[in-house]
Amino acid sequence: MAEHSNLPASPDAGGHDEAAHGALDYGTRDERGRFILPLEEHHQRITDVDPRAAKRAERQVAWLFVAGAACFAGAVAAFVGFSSHELIHVPMLGNVSASNFWLGTLIGLGSFFLGAAAIHWARRLMPGDEAVDYRHSLRGDEDSRASAIEQFKRGAAESGFLSRPLVRRTMLGAMALFPLPLVVLLADLGPAPKEKLRHTMWGDKPATRIINQGSGELVRPEHLAVGGLINAIPEGLEKVEEEAGTQNERAKSSIILVRMNPSEIKAQQGQGWDYQGILAYSKICTHVGCPISLYQQRTHALLCPCHQSTFDLSDAGRVVFGPAARHMPQLRIGVDSEGYLVSLGDFAEPVGPSFWERG
Amino acid sequence: MSTSTTPTTPQGKVADFLDERLSISKAIKSNISKVFPDHWSFMLGEVALYSFIILLLSGTYLTLFFKPSMVEVIYNGPYVPLKGVKMSEAFASTLHISFDVRGGLLMRQIHHWAALFFIGAMSIHMFRVFFTGAFRKPRELNWVIGTVLVLLGIVEGFMGYSLPDDLLSGTGLRITQGIIAAVPVVGTYVSFGLFGGEFPGHDVVARFYTLHILLIPGLILALVGAHLMMVWYQKHTQWPGPGRTEGNVVGYRLFPVYTAKAGGFFFVVLGITTLISALVSINPVWMFGPYTPDQVSAGSQPDWYMGFLDGAVRVMPNWEINALGHTLSLNLIVPALVLPGIMTTLLGLYPWIEAWATGDRREHHLLDRPRNAPVRTALGVMSISFYLMLWISGANDIIAQTFRLSINQITVALRVLLFVVPPLMFMLTKRWCLSLQRRDREKVLHGHETGRILRLPHGEFVEIHAPLSLEEQAEILGKMDVAPMALPAATDANGVAQPAAWKARMQAKLSQWFYGANVSLPTRAELLEAQSHFEHADALEVEATNRHRTYEAVGGVLLAPTEDGSSRH
Repeated sequence: MAEHSNLPASPDAGGHDEAAHGALDYGTRDERGRFILPLEEHHQRITDVDPRAAKRAERQVAWLFVAGAACFAGAVAAFVGFSSHELIHVPMLGNVSASNFWLGTLIGLGSFFLGAAAIHWARRLMPGDEAVDYRHSLRGDEDSRASAIEQFKRGAAESGFLSRPLVRRTMLGAMALFPLPLVVLLADLGPAPKEKLRHTMWGDKPATRIINQGSGELVRPEHLAVGGLINAIPEGLEKVEEEAGTQNERAKSSIILVRMNPSEIKAQQGQGWDYQGILAYSKICTHVGCPISLYQQRTHALLCPCHQSTFDLSDAGRVVFGPAARHMPQLRIGVDSEGYLVSLGDFAEPVGPSFWERG
Repeated sequence: MSTSTTPTTPQGKVADFLDERLSISKAIKSNISKVFPDHWSFMLGEVALYSFIILLLSGTYLTLFFKPSMVEVIYNGPYVPLKGVKMSEAFASTLHISFDVRGGLLMRQIHHWAALFFIGAMSIHMFRVFFTGAFRKPRELNWVIGTVLVLLGIVEGFMGYSLPDDLLSGTGLRITQGIIAAVPVVGTYVSFGLFGGEFPGHDVVARFYTLHILLIPGLILALVGAHLMMVWYQKHTQWPGPGRTEGNVVGYRLFPVYTAKAGGFFFVVLGITTLISALVSINPVWMFGPYTPDQVSAGSQPDWYMGFLDGAVRVMPNWEINALGHTLSLNLIVPALVLPGIMTTLLGLYPWIEAWATGDRREHHLLDRPRNAPVRTALGVMSISFYLMLWISGANDIIAQTFRLSINQITVALRVLLFVVPPLMFMLTKRWCLSLQRRDREKVLHGHETGRILRLPHGEFVEIHAPLSLEEQAEILGKMDVAPMALPAATDANGVAQPAAWKARMQAKLSQWFYGANVSLPTRAELLEAQSHFEHADALEVEATNRHRTYEAVGGVLLAPTEDGSSRH
């Protein structure tokens, strides 16, 4: 059987109720084993045979178009009628912006009606019979292929690309170097990392006072009860941010202070880095840098809300669960002469996520 | 001659003007009556296309008001809870669009919803193309373009999500920075380049903005154009059905039916998107507040299309190698770079993988029903279940909270399920497909059960089976009836081993794996026999009905089968 043959429909009218076709011959199979059954006879829709139904469909289409137009006009009215601050109460939604609600609802309904009208028109009133197109071979015929190859070869020969290796090789060399200046141009997108990721402003001075990030006040040991937690930043951070115009320093030097019974501290990253059971840890997760503040007092577990890495602050910030590979860096603290909590130097290691040069 | 070429009507004059300059008559002549096959599943690509158009329109509107700048300002707008708060201009202008510009919030929500629909529709469209085998020759290149489009869509969506510079989007950027920094050798430099220094810097919003509104949409637009041109040129695939062959296209013409249907459908998609945007709040950035790197909200969730990546990062064990003064963060590189790399490579190369496994390098214009390619369907379901397991992993904290379970146990369970569920789904799906094939075969030979019981004169009860409609038969019988390749002999005619045949043997084995279990179609003789059987049953029923009528007519005396008349109905 030819693959592209198409058995004509057999016009045998006396068939079953269930199948409005005559007896099938099953005689046509394509080369892939498919049975090709005849294309169906003209399928009559009610709008094809009943002029009243067609008229009704026409009116439905028109009404849908009218509804769309009315909605669009209403949307313009809503734009004019509501200021951007007015609220209305909508059941189920609560108090919402009146402008947003009416504009959106009317434009949405209008578009929907407009689209529905066009589809209804196509389905009910435009031709319902299926049409047939034939596919053409995508592969070029032999003449075209031969001609294409021949013309390409002629051009290649005329160019001397193959016969003049000197020209060819120097051209390839120039082309290979062409992207270089473009890549080099990208270098000024940012400064070289240098040692920036290894330092925070805690190390700028031998002792930096600690500020409560929420209240902005200097922190004293007595502010922190056993079991408590304070989010904190170095004193002078605001000024640094002001000058830099970025929040870069905040992304590195944010810390949390927790206080536990000294007897509960199993280990620290340095001998005596706490102050009377107050421990300072970086707030920036060593996984991908989310700021952590979910602290479970009873277990001393610090949980990152982004990927659930969990660290034990009573045990030198050790990773107890999750995808983070490294402990939370600890900051050595003490108090100054006026009794304020201070950091004693910088973190001993880079804070935040790993990077290739970290080592 | 001259009278027929000189137009007199205004429309004719316009057409003449254009034709004499652009030969539009040739283009119209050869295209306007193009036939497109009709099926609901062919709308999915349309939804993606229309969502993209909606994105271009709403996005253009948003650029009129949005300020892509990270310069810090003090908010002094109408949203009281944030009055006096320091924030970037990007965030402040997002608030301005949301609260001061009439229709601004609507446009923001349309833009965000349309982005979710765009990527969703592309994905489901891709499922359709995969499960029906529409990617096979000659459409492999369009499959690759589609794969690239999905990737670009995800990148584009992520960048757009980052622009308002709210707390949630900043958290996403922070995670991205952490992942970029983990890239071996160049990671730190790339990160410094992207952010203009350390994170967060003050450049990233402006840079993403340019990429988001110019470069990536430009690429998407160009690829969408190529995608559609290929569909146009190669002609659309079609489902098996009456009169459908590999050599034709049966459906409706571009003009007028498809013009009206597709044009109307654009407005339907726009309408539904707009209605949802009017009624369902999305990304209410004012509730998250401006980004600051020392705050994050619990239960942070990315947009749905980033969920699988986030999930992969969450369930990955915490492996990191520190050696020779360098750090290799396997806990990030594997889930966030290697895994998506492998996934998309396999996806993009699948048409060639399947052609290689089956040895089938013919053109295919008639679609496979998913059940008729059980291994392909099972591979697809397996891959989707793997993706979904990652996606669920991205919500492990939400699951833990909702069901009051331990986050640690859930994460460990997900690590196991990630490797257990997909093979199970493969096996289940394959069995299911084969069962459906057997059912198809049985249906076409035995017809539909009608529930009509007939008592034959000699007392036998039979149920009448109705034959399938022409469409139903054409759908079932339009299946490729392929025999898998035969295994080549391990030894040649002289009994000498042929080690060189291993390649052919492997190919044959793959082909058997792919096709081997398929249920073959009935033969013509079986179909004809079934047909005559239906006709016979039909005749019996007619006869019985006539007999019953006669019985009624003579008052239930002549042929009464029972005394109480229970055969009456």
